Amino acid sequence: MIAIIKYNAGNVQSVQYALQRIGVDSVVTDDETIIRHADKVIFPGVGHAQSAMQYLKEKELDKLIVSLQQPALGICLGLQLMCSHSEEGDTDCLGIFDTPVKLFSSDRLKVPQIGWNNIYDYQSVLFDGLEDQAFMYTVHSYYAALSKDTTATTDYILPFSAALQKNNFYAVQFHPEKSGIVGETILKNFIQIT
Amino acid sequence: MLTKRIIPCLDIRDGRTVKGVNFENIRDAGDPVELALLYSQQGADELVFLDITATVEKRKTLVELVKRIAANINIPFTVGGGISTVEDVAVLLQHGADKVSVNTAAYKNPQLIADLSNRFGSQCVVLAIDTKKEIDGEWYVYLNGGRTKTDTRTIDWAKQAVGLGAGEILLTSMNNDGTKAGFAVDITLLLSNQLPVPVIASGGAGTMQHFKEIFKAGNADAALAASIFHYKEIGIPELKEYLSNEKIPIRI
Repeated sequence: MIAIIKYNAGNVQSVQYALQRIGVDSVVTDDETIIRHADKVIFPGVGHAQSAMQYLKEKELDKLIVSLQQPALGICLGLQLMCSHSEEGDTDCLGIFDTPVKLFSSDRLKVPQIGWNNIYDYQSVLFDGLEDQAFMYTVHSYYAALSKDTTATTDYILPFSAALQKNNFYAVQFHPEKSGIVGETILKNFIQIT
Repeated sequence: MLTKRIIPCLDIRDGRTVKGVNFENIRDAGDPVELALLYSQQGADELVFLDITATVEKRKTLVELVKRIAANINIPFTVGGGISTVEDVAVLLQHGADKVSVNTAAYKNPQLIADLSNRFGSQCVVLAIDTKKEIDGEWYVYLNGGRTKTDTRTIDWAKQAVGLGAGEILLTSMNNDGTKAGFAVDITLLLSNQLPVPVIASGGAGTMQHFKEIFKAGNADAALAASIFHYKEIGIPELKEYLSNEKIPIRI
């Protein structure tokens, strides 16, 4: 069973639908026991880093997430919350990845980045079977800087982490659940991790 | 590189597509989900569903439809038409819509935009503006599906709405809509250059060259069209190949 962490962020339902489309059962929950015993955990979300962190702390989900032993996948805000610190509300995050999250700054390009962008330099099983420069759907104003944990890169204003990985923790900035067939491949690759 | 988006728009009434469609390979041309699936397979980057159902009671059908779309479609979609409260939006997003578009209700109550962006984030709040160029050469905001003129200049309303938290503008030129003579380049360019958020151009698509023009000369971030896709006058794969050959960043 796949547990999708329920908290005060949007877009959780879309992940469950995407898993359904590839024939995988999941449960959306904030129950510690269920999450701890799930085969895999997905930590999705669209929302605000500060209010999300506050909510996770109140529900003690912050401690639970960092102590997970099974493969866990952060998506979008999930990725950002797994980093060390976010400029969004000057928030200390979960610290799984030793990478800061910063606000895009540009006079030339629009913020947030909304739409399909390509990713490259794959260094994770998540991207097995993907063509180089695959396009992913992405919506965000903040980005995780490049780091030793970066497993895929993308460019908007500057190069940054499209994906991160450390031990059992995986994370992607884009939305695999909304990225067509390529996104479904990434979800399948995550599901197949042993 | 971030690519320009091609967005087919489906008009919905009582849960069915309104305008006739002309596809041989779909069983039920009136089912929005089936059409949406076809477009997503053909390479559409996003979809917009515009609900023109009149009665509140029948809008429950819309929620059911949103659930079916979200369950079946693997690309982002926006739902619009008659949305006037935070509760309307909460229900649509809960059932899987990625974004909502607001129009007349937001103009009458701009606080709605602030409330929506504070609660759900700017990324899911699309401000739709129906605009018309008058004889004085200025573009004005129209309401109620283009039936009611206002004295507000489009650029002023767009700036105010973005200040309140609108994350994207869906700009429909009434002068161009239905003409198949091309998008409104001047007002699209003005908004795109003056606003920090993406602008989706709508109204007037007739040829593949029109898309190239609105991306290059109009600096649009996305282009929306309905009938040329529904009637197969332009196929999405050939359009995207053409734009890519014209050096426009596009997802193939």
